[in-house]
Amino acid sequence: MSKTLKYSAVAAALGTLQAGPALAAWDLNLRVGVTELSREIYGLHMLILWICVAIAVAVFGVMVYSIVKFRRSAHPEPATFSHNTKAEIIWTIIPVVILVAMAIPAAETLVKIEDTRNSELTIKVTGYQWKWHYDYVGAGVNFFSTLDKESNAARQPNSGVAPEDVENYLLAVDNPLVVPVDTKVRVLLTAGDVLHAWWVPDFGMKKDAIPGFVNEIWFKADVPGTYRGQCAELCGRDHGFMPVVVEVRSKEDYAAWLAEKQAAASPAAAPAAAANVPATNLTIDGAIASVAKAE
Amino acid sequence: MAHAHSDQPGGKYYIPHGSPWPVIGSIALFITVGGAAMWLNHANIGPMVMSAGLIIVATMFAGWFGTVINESEGHYYNGQVDKSFRMGMMWFIFSEVMFFAAFFGALFYARQLSVPWLGGEGVKIFTNLLLWKDYETAWPTNGPAAVGGDFEVIPAFGLPAINTAILLTSGVTITIAHHALRAGNRTVLNIFQAATFLLGFLFVYLQATEYMEAYHELNLTLSSGIYGSTFFMLTGFHGLHVTIGAIMLLVIWLRCLKGHFTPQQHFAFEAVAWYWHFVDVVWLGLFIFVYWL
Amino acid sequence: MSSVHSVSAAAADHAHDHAHEDHGAPTGWRRWLFATNHKDIGTMYLLFSLIMFFIGGAMAMIIRAELFQPGLQLVDPGFFNMMTTVHALVMVFGAVMPATVGLANWMLPLQVGAPDMALPRMNNFSFWLLVAAFTLLILSLFVPGGGPAAGWTLYPPLVIQTGNSLPMAIFAIHLAGASSIMGSINIIVTIMNLRAPGMSLLKMPLFTWTWLITAYLLIAVMPVFAGAVTMVLTDHFFGTTFFSATGGGDPVLYQHVFWFFGHPEVYIMILPAFGIVSEIIPTFSRKPLFGYDAMVFATASIAFLSFIVWAHHMFTTGMPLAGEMFFMLSTMLIAVPTGVKVFNWTATMWRGSLTFEPPMLFSLSFLFLFTIGGFSGLMMSIAPVDFQYHDTYFIVAHFHYVLVPGAVFAIMAGVYYWLPKWTGHMYSMTLAKWHFWLSTIFVNILFFPQHFLGLAGMPRRIPDYATQFAEFNMISSIGAFGFGLSQLLFAYIIWACVRGGEKASDKVWDGADPHGLEWTVPSPAPHHTFDVPPVVK
Ligand code: HEA
Ligand code: HEA
Ligand code: CUA
Ligand SMILES: [Cu+2]
Repeated sequence: MSKTLKYSAVAAALGTLQAGPALAAWDLNLRVGVTELSREIYGLHMLILWICVAIAVAVFGVMVYSIVKFRRSAHPEPATFSHNTKAEIIWTIIPVVILVAMAIPAAETLVKIEDTRNSELTIKVTGYQWKWHYDYVGAGVNFFSTLDKESNAARQPNSGVAPEDVENYLLAVDNPLVVPVDTKVRVLLTAGDVLHAWWVPDFGMKKDAIPGFVNEIWFKADVPGTYRGQCAELCGRDHGFMPVVVEVRSKEDYAAWLAEKQAAASPAAAPAAAANVPATNLTIDGAIASVAKAE
Repeated sequence: MAHAHSDQPGGKYYIPHGSPWPVIGSIALFITVGGAAMWLNHANIGPMVMSAGLIIVATMFAGWFGTVINESEGHYYNGQVDKSFRMGMMWFIFSEVMFFAAFFGALFYARQLSVPWLGGEGVKIFTNLLLWKDYETAWPTNGPAAVGGDFEVIPAFGLPAINTAILLTSGVTITIAHHALRAGNRTVLNIFQAATFLLGFLFVYLQATEYMEAYHELNLTLSSGIYGSTFFMLTGFHGLHVTIGAIMLLVIWLRCLKGHFTPQQHFAFEAVAWYWHFVDVVWLGLFIFVYWL
Repeated sequence: MSSVHSVSAAAADHAHDHAHEDHGAPTGWRRWLFATNHKDIGTMYLLFSLIMFFIGGAMAMIIRAELFQPGLQLVDPGFFNMMTTVHALVMVFGAVMPATVGLANWMLPLQVGAPDMALPRMNNFSFWLLVAAFTLLILSLFVPGGGPAAGWTLYPPLVIQTGNSLPMAIFAIHLAGASSIMGSINIIVTIMNLRAPGMSLLKMPLFTWTWLITAYLLIAVMPVFAGAVTMVLTDHFFGTTFFSATGGGDPVLYQHVFWFFGHPEVYIMILPAFGIVSEIIPTFSRKPLFGYDAMVFATASIAFLSFIVWAHHMFTTGMPLAGEMFFMLSTMLIAVPTGVKVFNWTATMWRGSLTFEPPMLFSLSFLFLFTIGGFSGLMMSIAPVDFQYHDTYFIVAHFHYVLVPGAVFAIMAGVYYWLPKWTGHMYSMTLAKWHFWLSTIFVNILFFPQHFLGLAGMPRRIPDYATQFAEFNMISSIGAFGFGLSQLLFAYIIWACVRGGEKASDKVWDGADPHGLEWTVPSPAPHHTFDVPPVVK
């Protein structure tokens, strides 16, 4: 049957493409990721986590101590104090100091995240119910990306297919986004119908795709591989079924891939969804320059 | 029935007896909004159900307030009850202020953020470049897709200015009426209270003609983009409040004619006066931010 | 028949004269439908809230059952979204808020020495409007197109796609909002105008204080929520474009208006819980509350800050950098007054003489688990890291920690604390301790693994998930079923206590003595407790 054939072709293709680390079960922590920003975010996450753990050990320690030591059978005569100005001042000021210590690195990272200047490649991403549209601005390449057929078959109610038997169940697509390694990629996000959010955990980046507005994010992946994420804003019935898959390839592989795509795309067959994209790269460059000047 | 006459402290608290009106009111509001929902969903009986609900709501108000008026005129209430009513009314008005704040917030957001962004100002430059290239920031605006077609706006210094004068005058007349009530001058009270509610209804009438003009001649409608949306929601909810306020003024006037209220005790009068001033102040905000600037 | 009597005389009176206390109040069904008595209305609120807790809980069980393993087994994804949405609306507006209002109705007049709420008829109106609101909301599940399914936050443009239930849900919110506003006005007026002579503001019990501040919050933000959903309604039905770029509006505008309400809303749920815990810990530590003034001040600070942090729910919407910075820093600040509270509760226990009756057990559980929820909140306030956490199960874990072992446990603690005062009977301490241990253990099995799921990348509001999330989801679901079943015990304990049981003394708890006027009146408290204001020294 042609259907099965297609399925196995897709599966085989995905199998070969899967170079990135497999997602392990029993994962406990945030992923370190493969960009400078994702590693910085991971560092911040761990910093704050450990601060919280330290405070928790101290506070819970005192609570447990009180519960054990001052239970009535061990401590029948309660004290009567109800104020201690010195203690109260101390435990107001110490948290403030801790918070300031957290706020400084956090603010620094935030500024970096929002700085999309000097991007080398711009991709416009549009969310639809329930698929993504990718448009390599100025390069004449664009396509839709939807949940792969195998996952889609398995996810039907009582499909009889066990999710465990599907590779990358719900995290695989027909046409992944392909980008070059070590390249600052600017993603311009918008949506065609309702809110969506584009998220790849390994890039440390998530942003809403809003109809009628364009949001910007950037990433610069330094390890080739396949990175998987999901739509992260409730967008209706199939919100759970619009994954994001990004393939990071070496610069040469990327160039070859792009050339192939460009050759395949006859200008007449450009999908209607890309109709309102400006024709030339020039506009974008102009915009970049003006944004840079403004800052 | 536990009615008390003396003031706390020292005396007894006042506890009203049970009343059927709250439950009736809840059922009535349920029917009203249920009917409205049916109407919006194009069920034919919707308007009828909603009207039935509204009639019960009106009956409920009449019945409930009637009971309270009788108790008040029967001198059941003490100073503490009076104070409770006053505080209650003040916080109710505060909640109304916050209701309008939501719509004023929308207005300021559109004017300061979303419309400039769509026009390519500020941080969202690509919004304009990629999606709305021909759109330039402007106010008034019906947005980059020119929703609802071309429209004209109502100039501030025409009817709106006259309406401002009317409402401000009504604020003066109600104050004169209040002073008269406190001085025991019932004739002046009745005349100026009448003037107040007449000015109120005049305002509503003029506002209605303004809406007619907007819809029929200026093509300014609820669907004229964000300008039409904020314009009609703000002025519309304000108009609704003026209507309610004017009805309350009318009821108070009728009560004045019946000889209700004393120079010392006239909570209902003052509550309505506060409400009227609130409506007045909201209008000033509207006049400045919606019509003028 | 206005015999003037002192508090203790009222007690004696009560003993032989049951008819007297009713003051000719209606009996039978009229007693409830036409109620003006704060205790009757409080009881109705509490019962309503318990029913809603079970309805909302049943929906959560459907969610957890579908998420028990990957793949779609039980429900359609659209129905799943309805369950998520209505579960949250029912729990927030139908269970937690009415429960604290019920407690306020019962306890505020007892705590400030008032005979009743200041505006008793409006009090009844507040309650019955809530019934109308939730009848409408539940009915909306059954109309063509199904119930609301855009999440409890009702974000446009998605919410605009809702079927016939959209106006029903919106009107339900209007009615519930009106109910809350009237309830809050009543609470403020009662506290400000009906306090017994001698009870200055800074002598009020903390539960009264926290409710006073909560009521201000409610009056300030419920109308804003009403405005937000009204704009959704007109965008859908009347062609306005508040939330559509085509006309110059912005979907994100809705989020600003919603969260201006929504963030204070979460403190509306937690501040009364703080109040309850602040009553219970001193009683069972047999020691005065540590740092009373600081507690009051911290509550007020939290309430104030709650107005200027709303956009921490919107870090991923693409706000300008300055906005992200401001909302990150202001949100972090909330940890300071909240910390003051946690430290003060701990200091109250320090060198006390502690016993562990059910109210204290639930309060202690609250103390530990709320703090964990607070820490995860603090982690999310760090905007750059929130880009990773946002809309994942990490957040689901955060808010259930502050809401379930936070707000709900505090409410249960309050019920166990005051139940003997209401019914005049003690309940079974053994069963209540079982309820406590089962709840505390299962709630952690239920929600702790959700932190891991979120960090590993599982988005929220999905009916099906990638297989690497299977293990923790199964554990979480098992915890959920265990937690849910344990709540049947709660219902049984209350029912049994109303029916009968060992007679409760006036002060009920031997540590209760100096901690509030409510312990000076008989158990059960007479219908109109303070006919004449008691004098507070
Ligand atoms: C009762 C309800 C409640 C409470 C009390 C809180 C308390 C807090 N919340 Fe939470 N929150 C919710 C209910 C609540 N939240 C809900 C329902 C949502 C999701 C809504 C939705 O999207 O559906 C949410 C979401 C939410 C977000 C959005 C996440 C996102 O969507 O991306 C954020 C981000 O900042 C946040 C932060 C906080 C903070 C900083 C606190 C702070 O108040 C916590 C303060 C407490 C502590 C920090 C612990 C005790 C303090 C100490 C021991 C002192 C020392 C500590 C230090 C110095 C670190 N919350
Ligand atoms: C106060 C508020 C509150 C409370 C108390 C709860 C209580 C619970 N919540 Fe919920 N929840 C929210 C507020 C609350 N929640 C909010 C705001 C959201 C976000 C919604 C959104 O994304 O829009 C949410 C979302 C939410 C989700 C995420 C859904 C999603 O993203 O798709 C989940 C999933 O596990 C969940 C589970 C639970 C569970 C298991 C309980 C349990 O604690 C419930 C326990 C109670 C019972 C179970 C009822 C009593 C017992 C019976 C009825 C007996 C029968 C029992 C059995 C058959 C076992 N909740
Ligand atoms: Cu697209 Cu969720
Ligand atoms: Cu918040």
